Amino acid sequence: MNHHHTKRRASLKSLVSIGAAGTLGMLNPRVHAQKPFTFGVIYVGPRDDFGYNQAHAQAAAELKKLPGVKVVEEENVPETAAVQKTMTGMIAQDGASLLFPTSFGYFDPHILALAPRNAAVRFSHCGGLWTEGKHPKNVGSFFGYIDECQYLNGVVAGHMTKSNKIGFVAAKPIPQVLRNINAFLLGARSVKPAITCSAIFTGDWSMPVKEAEATNSLADQGVDVFTMHVDGPKVVVETAAKRGRMVCGYHASQAKLAPNAYLTGAEWNWLTAYKTIIDAARAGTPHPNFLRGGLKEGYVKSSAYGSMVTDGARKNADDIRGKMMAGNFDIFVGGVGGLKDNKGNIVIAAGRSLKQTDIELEKMNYLVEGVIGSV
Amino acid sequence: MAPAMRQAFVDVGLPVLAVFASLLLFGIVVSFGGVNPLELWLLLFRGAFGDWFSWQNTLQRAAPLMLTALCVALPARAGLVVIGGEGALVLGGLACAALPLALPLPGGVVGLALVCGVGAMAGGLWIALVGALREYRGINETISSLLLAYVAIGLFKHWVEGPLRDPTSLNKPSTPALAESLRIGGIAGSDVHWGLVFGVVACLLFSVALRSTVWGFSTRVVGGNTKAAQLVGLAASRLVLLACALGGACAGLAGAIEVAAVHTSANASLIVGYGYAGILVSFIARHNPVAVIPVAILLGGFGAAGSLLQRRLGLPDASVLLLQGIAFVLILASEALRDADWRAIWRRILQPSGPRPSSTPLGDRTV
Repeated sequence: MNHHHTKRRASLKSLVSIGAAGTLGMLNPRVHAQKPFTFGVIYVGPRDDFGYNQAHAQAAAELKKLPGVKVVEEENVPETAAVQKTMTGMIAQDGASLLFPTSFGYFDPHILALAPRNAAVRFSHCGGLWTEGKHPKNVGSFFGYIDECQYLNGVVAGHMTKSNKIGFVAAKPIPQVLRNINAFLLGARSVKPAITCSAIFTGDWSMPVKEAEATNSLADQGVDVFTMHVDGPKVVVETAAKRGRMVCGYHASQAKLAPNAYLTGAEWNWLTAYKTIIDAARAGTPHPNFLRGGLKEGYVKSSAYGSMVTDGARKNADDIRGKMMAGNFDIFVGGVGGLKDNKGNIVIAAGRSLKQTDIELEKMNYLVEGVIGSV
Repeated sequence: MAPAMRQAFVDVGLPVLAVFASLLLFGIVVSFGGVNPLELWLLLFRGAFGDWFSWQNTLQRAAPLMLTALCVALPARAGLVVIGGEGALVLGGLACAALPLALPLPGGVVGLALVCGVGAMAGGLWIALVGALREYRGINETISSLLLAYVAIGLFKHWVEGPLRDPTSLNKPSTPALAESLRIGGIAGSDVHWGLVFGVVACLLFSVALRSTVWGFSTRVVGGNTKAAQLVGLAASRLVLLACALGGACAGLAGAIEVAAVHTSANASLIVGYGYAGILVSFIARHNPVAVIPVAILLGGFGAAGSLLQRRLGLPDASVLLLQGIAFVLILASEALRDADWRAIWRRILQPSGPRPSSTPLGDRTV
């Protein structure tokens, strides 16, 4: 895993003291050996959405199998006072000592409101907002560099497209989403530099009707490989397959929904992060406040290739994956002439290359040259 | 039984019986899924009303629903079916978050009154627009209010993700947070915020006003029969507009309170369907503002109990929607029993083979 690379030493002292406090706090469960370690997982949508929530539910389901562990779950919890109630309920009624509130919007103000009042409870938020010195020590965030898998999606799409037009159905023009769109296009252009990617923003995380409309309209324009960044990719996958187009998945595997159209996909592998955090909580070591990782750290993975994916595509993608795993591949690089956005401005200067951990990438506010669409 | 007492007994007894019947049915349904119904009922009660924590949970969920239900109930008393409270709510929240950006506000009660006031005003104007479209252009208010809610949400997103966006809110576009002094805290150290008090007071106030003021009487006459109201010289259009504005103001206030008490800024988390849940509450309460209070608490209780059901029994979220559905269908169906002649029914049950009593007394009492 990849602890935040800045301010590490400065926080060492405080981490040690928290560690001591944590150990003391963890003495109780050892005394009452029969009491299971309870943690809660909170989802913003249904657990079986073939997407964001399912990816988390899969990790939770795996962890349920561990001995001495009890999992309490709640789905469809909105980002309102309701999630605060769910969290306090899990703490007060179910005895949870570690919570995984998985939706981005749960962090501010909800987790931040509860954490100081529940100092003995650890909160692990998925999204990557925890900041040293600004947020409580019993709060942490974890996230993955899934743009690596979107780049690989792009490589496969680049080999498979015949029209040289690929499409991206996205929720909102926020940094995480823009980074995925750009990675997808850059992956495809690494194969064929003439490829363009049309991006449509639906406006919100779960808009099934608009997602279907966007997919259909892109298909009408000749797009033949799709991917997406919405909470539940089911609609885009099924619509694209119905139109006879190919599709790369996102969040979890949607291969089951369209076995004849599903090329590969960018999947979360939350088990790695969950395990790290739970192990720390059970051992009483400091709460991992900032966890990040990509393919190399096992935070993300690609879906198995569909049978129609050509050998050339597989080989090319596997090569790049190998470089990513070895830690010597950067997606966002200036190259010879600099990386341009789709308005012609240079966004990464020539010769510069940004590591995945670079904070600059988390503020992405542009679409690269070759993406048709506007922020 | 005295008629008034009998009336009160029917008013309270029927919905309570309907809720119990729905719990019974729900228990039977889940028992097919291998869940012990006794355990289920116990958990439902514990989750919604079992202890102080559950009560806070229930009341917190009920608070915004009372105000959004009034956005349906008040226009309904003037004869309009307005279902676009969601639009008024989000605009109210937006106005509340935007006011401190437009002009410097004093902290404390004055500033709070201003941000809440401007939220109520925004909501009021929005639903008044619905009333005006109907009164002056003849546009069906049900359709227009629903469509305008989509427009309002579009406007909300445009402003939150565009001109009013806090540049530091990277992946969750929001307006800048309200100053600490402009936020609403909990009641007496509890988690329940003052929005609940606003809701209860508004419900009681409008109930008294509708029952015993000239305005309330006139509004009800307009709602009963607009032509007759105009014939006796009531300014029907103005009364309709006022009812819409007041209803919208309640929903707008709900949005402002959500921002000031929960979210601290306007963002997409505000759009969770409180406005639409208010429609359900108001119809179950038969557009009676006093009845809105217990119905909203019941709905809040379902939410709170559903949370515990999921965590303890691993039931899907949809199960509590099922219970809610059964309960509301039965409550509405029980309305049909309202005017039943129980004595005649008993007589028929007790003497199934005997000569039937003359049907005339039955006939003039049933509706």
